[in-house]
Amino acid sequence: MRHYSRLASLNYSISENFYPLGSCTMKYNPVANEAAAQLPGFAYLHPYQDQATAQGALELMHLLEAALCTVAGVDRVTLQPAAGAHGEWTALRMIQAYHQARGERRDQVLVPDSAHGTNPASAALCGFQVVEVRSGADGRISVADLESKLNQRVAALMLTNPNTLGLFEREILEVAEMVHATGAKLYYDGANLNALMGICRPGDMGFDAVHMNLHKTFTTPHGGGGPGAGPVGVKSDLEPFLPKPTIERRNGHFELDEERPHSIGRVRSFYGNFGMLVRAYTYILAMGGDGLAQASEDAVLAANYLRSRLQGVLDLPHDGPCMHEFVASARNLAEHGVKALDVAKGLLERGYYAPTVYFPLIVPEAVMVEPTETESKATLDAFADTVKEVADLARTDPQRLHAEPVSLPVGRLDEVAAARRPVLRWNAASESPTEAP
Amino acid sequence: MGDRRYTETHEWVEVAGEVATVGITDFAQSQLGDVVFLELPRQGRKLGAGESFGVIESVKAASDLYAPVAGTVLEVNERLAANPELVNKDPLGEGWLIKVQTEGGLPDGLLDQAAYQKLAESGGH
Amino acid sequence: MPYLVHAQEDRQAMLEALGAGSMDELLVDVPASLRLRRLDLAPGLSELETMARVRELAARNRVFDDRLTFRGGGVYRRFVPAAVGAVLSKPEFYTAYTPYQPEASQGTLQAIFEFQTLIAQLTGLDVANASLYDGATAVAEAAMMAVVHTGRPEVVVAPYLHPEYLEVLRCYAEGRGFQVRIGTDPGNDSAALVFQSPDFLGLIADGSQVTELAHAAGALAIACVDPISLALLAAPGEYGADIAVGEGQQLGLAPSYGGPHVGFIACRQELVRRLPGRLVGEAHDGQARRGYVLTLTAREQHIRREKATSNICTNHSLCALAASVYLTYMGPDGLRQVADVSYRRAHALADELSQLPEIELLHPDRPFFNEFPVRMKNVLHRLRAVEAEGILGGLPVARWYPELEDVAVFCCTELNDPDALAQLVAALRKTV
Repeated sequence: MRHYSRLASLNYSISENFYPLGSCTMKYNPVANEAAAQLPGFAYLHPYQDQATAQGALELMHLLEAALCTVAGVDRVTLQPAAGAHGEWTALRMIQAYHQARGERRDQVLVPDSAHGTNPASAALCGFQVVEVRSGADGRISVADLESKLNQRVAALMLTNPNTLGLFEREILEVAEMVHATGAKLYYDGANLNALMGICRPGDMGFDAVHMNLHKTFTTPHGGGGPGAGPVGVKSDLEPFLPKPTIERRNGHFELDEERPHSIGRVRSFYGNFGMLVRAYTYILAMGGDGLAQASEDAVLAANYLRSRLQGVLDLPHDGPCMHEFVASARNLAEHGVKALDVAKGLLERGYYAPTVYFPLIVPEAVMVEPTETESKATLDAFADTVKEVADLARTDPQRLHAEPVSLPVGRLDEVAAARRPVLRWNAASESPTEAP
Repeated sequence: MGDRRYTETHEWVEVAGEVATVGITDFAQSQLGDVVFLELPRQGRKLGAGESFGVIESVKAASDLYAPVAGTVLEVNERLAANPELVNKDPLGEGWLIKVQTEGGLPDGLLDQAAYQKLAESGGH
Repeated sequence: MPYLVHAQEDRQAMLEALGAGSMDELLVDVPASLRLRRLDLAPGLSELETMARVRELAARNRVFDDRLTFRGGGVYRRFVPAAVGAVLSKPEFYTAYTPYQPEASQGTLQAIFEFQTLIAQLTGLDVANASLYDGATAVAEAAMMAVVHTGRPEVVVAPYLHPEYLEVLRCYAEGRGFQVRIGTDPGNDSAALVFQSPDFLGLIADGSQVTELAHAAGALAIACVDPISLALLAAPGEYGADIAVGEGQQLGLAPSYGGPHVGFIACRQELVRRLPGRLVGEAHDGQARRGYVLTLTAREQHIRREKATSNICTNHSLCALAASVYLTYMGPDGLRQVADVSYRRAHALADELSQLPEIELLHPDRPFFNEFPVRMKNVLHRLRAVEAEGILGGLPVARWYPELEDVAVFCCTELNDPDALAQLVAALRKTV
C-alpha cells in the first residue's frame, strides 16, 4: 500500500488542486456518485443475466437517456461509446450508414482548423477524406470558406459550439441551413457542452448527432485518463442506425433491443461503461434541471471573470464575451524568451495544474483556461494573481522560470531523449544506477 | 550550393549524375523541432515525383516526406535510425535521408535557393 | 444546489467586475431564438433523496452470490484483494486528468508504466500500451494495426471469438473498409489471423499451430487471451504471436453490468510505432532524476489528426491501475494459484455434470481452462430452475450460435467452492 500511497502523493488532482485545463472540464467529482456506482446491485450485476433480473439497471439507462435527450435536444441517445472519441466515431459511422441507405456516396467530412485532433482522426477511421475549414479573424468558422467546401461529396460538418476558443458560433443557424441544404449532416462535438445546459441545445441549433462527455459535463471522474463515457444523441432520421442494443420500454418492462436491421452494429462489448452511467445519472438527479442550468451559467461567469482578470497579463487574441473557457496567448512574453510552456511550468510550481497549452493550433503560444463552475471566486482571484506573478517573473527573471518546476517530484523531463530511445517497460537488466527519489 | 533544388513541401534535392540525394531543409527541421523518428523506404522502392516516401516525427509533429524526383531508392541513411538528431544538426549534410537513381531528370516546379528562401520567410506555406 | 459554490453576492461581484448587468449580457452571442427558458428536468434532490432513488434502482437488480455464479462469457466474478479498492478510491488517482504535465502526474505515469510492464510480461511480448476501452475494441485496434502494417485488405477470424468482439470488429472494419472473414485459412490478402484462446466456449486453441498458419501466409497472428489463464498456459510471445489483446476485467474489476473494464494490447518491438493509444516511457530531468512521460505521441490523433491510424485519445487508466494493483498483490505465485484453483474446480464440475442424465460435455476430448460447453435438453428451463435456487448457471449460447441449441457454457473461478459446486449439481439433478 505504501508504494501506491507514495505514487498518489506525486499527482496533482482536482481533489487537491485547481485544474484549469481548457477543454477538459475539470470540475468537482461528487463522492456520492462513487458511492452510487459501488452499490452491490450495480457493481456485481453480470451483463449476461436474464434482463428480468436487471430491470433497475435498464431503467437507470432509460432514465439517463431521457435526461440527456432533454439536455441536448435530441430524440434518442446511445449510451455505449466508452469515450468522447469513441462517440465521435460512432456518430460518424451512423451518418455514413444513413447516406449509404439513401444510396448516396459521400466521402468527405469537413472539420474546422480549430477542432480537436480526434475529429479528423475519427473521420479518417471511417474512411472519410478530411477537408479543413478555416476560422475567420474573429475566431469563428469562416462561412465563406465553408460555402466553398460544401458539395454533394460532403457527408458531415463536425463542429463544437462553443468552439475550442470558447466562442459561441453566432452564425450557427445559417451554418446548419447551408449544411442541410447540400444533404450533409451536422455533427456536434460535445466537449464543450458544459457551457450550454439550460441555455440552449445543440439539437435546436440544427445538429443531427451530438456526443456528450459524461466525464466532463456530468462529473464522472477522469481517473487519470479514463474510463469516461461518450454517449451519442441523434435526431429521429438517424435513429435506425443506432448501435445495438438500444433500451426500450415495452409493457412496463425494460428490454435490450438487439433486433435492429439498420443498426451500424456493435461499437463495444455489452452496454457501455455502465458504472459511469450510474455516476452521471446520480449527478443529474442531485442537480435537477435548474441546477444544471445554474452550473452552466456559473461556468460561463467564472470564465469571463477570470478572462477579465488576465487582461493585460497575457494576450487575449479574440474579443469577448467568452463562454465556459477562453484562449489566451503567451506571445506577449516571447520577447523575454518565455513560452506558453514556461507559463505552464511556472503555474505547476505554484500549486496549480497548468492550463492546456499549444491548443487550439490556430493560436500561437495558446494558453487555454477553463475554470468550471465548482471553483470559488477566491480561488479564481488567487489563480489570476499567480498568473500575473508568473508573467512578471517572465519579464524580471526569465531564467528562473525556465528552470521551473523545482519543487515537484521531478523537474522538466527530457521528452526528446525519451522518444528517441524509448524505454517502455521495466527491465531489470538495463537498470541504471540512478534511483528515483 | 547552387545546384540544390527545393520543394514547396520543404525537401531539398541535389543531383550528381543520375543520383539524387534528398533531405529536408533547415527551415523544415527548425519548424519540426527535435526529430525523434523517421520512417524511410526500403532500398529498391520505386518513387514517383511528389509521392510520399516516408514520415518524419518530432515530439510535437509528424509530417509526410515527398519525393522531389522520380526514381528508385538506391540508399537510405542508416545512421538516422539510431541518430535521428542528425537531421536537426546537419539537415543539408549528414542528415540526408535517401539517395535515388533518377528517372527522367528533375521535374518542373522545383524552387531554386532564392525562391525557397522567399517561401520560408513568408511562413512556409 | 449541490456542488455549486458561488454565493449570490459573489456572482453579483463578478458580473459587476465585468461591467455586465446580468448573465444575458455574457450570452449575447447565443441567438435569442435558441435561448431556453428552462431546462425541463425534475428539480434537484438532496443527497439523502438522491441516494434513496438510486438505491431503489439498484435494489431492482438481482445479484447472485459470487460463489453461486457459474456464468462468465467474458465477465467473471473473482476475488479482489481489498488493496485494489483502497488504491482506486484515492482521489489523487481518480480525480486526476490524463497526465499531460508529467511533473505533476508522476503517480499516474509510473502506475501506467508498471501496467505496461506487467502486461508485457504476462503476454511474453516486448511492449504493451497504457490500455484500451475493453477486449472488443482491443481486437478491433489490433486488426487495424495489422491492416496498416501489411497493407492487406482482410482479416481472418477463427471461429468462436467472443461474438460481441466479432461484431465490434465488423463495425470498425465496415467503416475503415476492410473485410472480416471467419476461418482458419489466411491467404495472400490476409493481414491477420485473429484467434481467441480459451475461446468463447472455453476451449483452448493450439497457439503455435495457429500462429504458424498465419505466418505461412505472411499475415500477423493476433491472440486474444484471458490474462488469468496465462499463469498456466503458454504466453502469446512464447509461441510467436505478433500481437496479444484481451479483456482485463478479471484483474481486480467488478462486473458492473459490463463496464467500465479495461482492454490491453501488447506487441513485438517492430510494431511499436503502429500501436494505438497512449504509451508511457522513462525519461530523466536535468538532475538525472528518473521520471515518466507520455511518449511516441506523434503516432496519436492530436498530432497526426487525419493521418492517425487510431482515434483513441484516452485509455482506461483507472481500470489499468486496478489491474496493476491486482497483479502486484497476487504476484506470480498468487496468480498461478488463482488459475490453478479455477482450472481444478471447472474440471471437477465438468466431471460431475457429465455424470448427470440428459447432460453431456459438448467436446469431451478438447482441453479447456475454466469454462466448458455442456449440452442439455431444455437448457433455458433448467437454468431458470436453478436460478430460483439462487444460482446463476451457465450461459446459454444459442442466441449467437444456432448450431449450439441447448448448449450452455459453465464457468468456475476460485470463488466457486466445493459446496457451491455440490449445490449446483443438486439443483440441476432436480431438473432431470
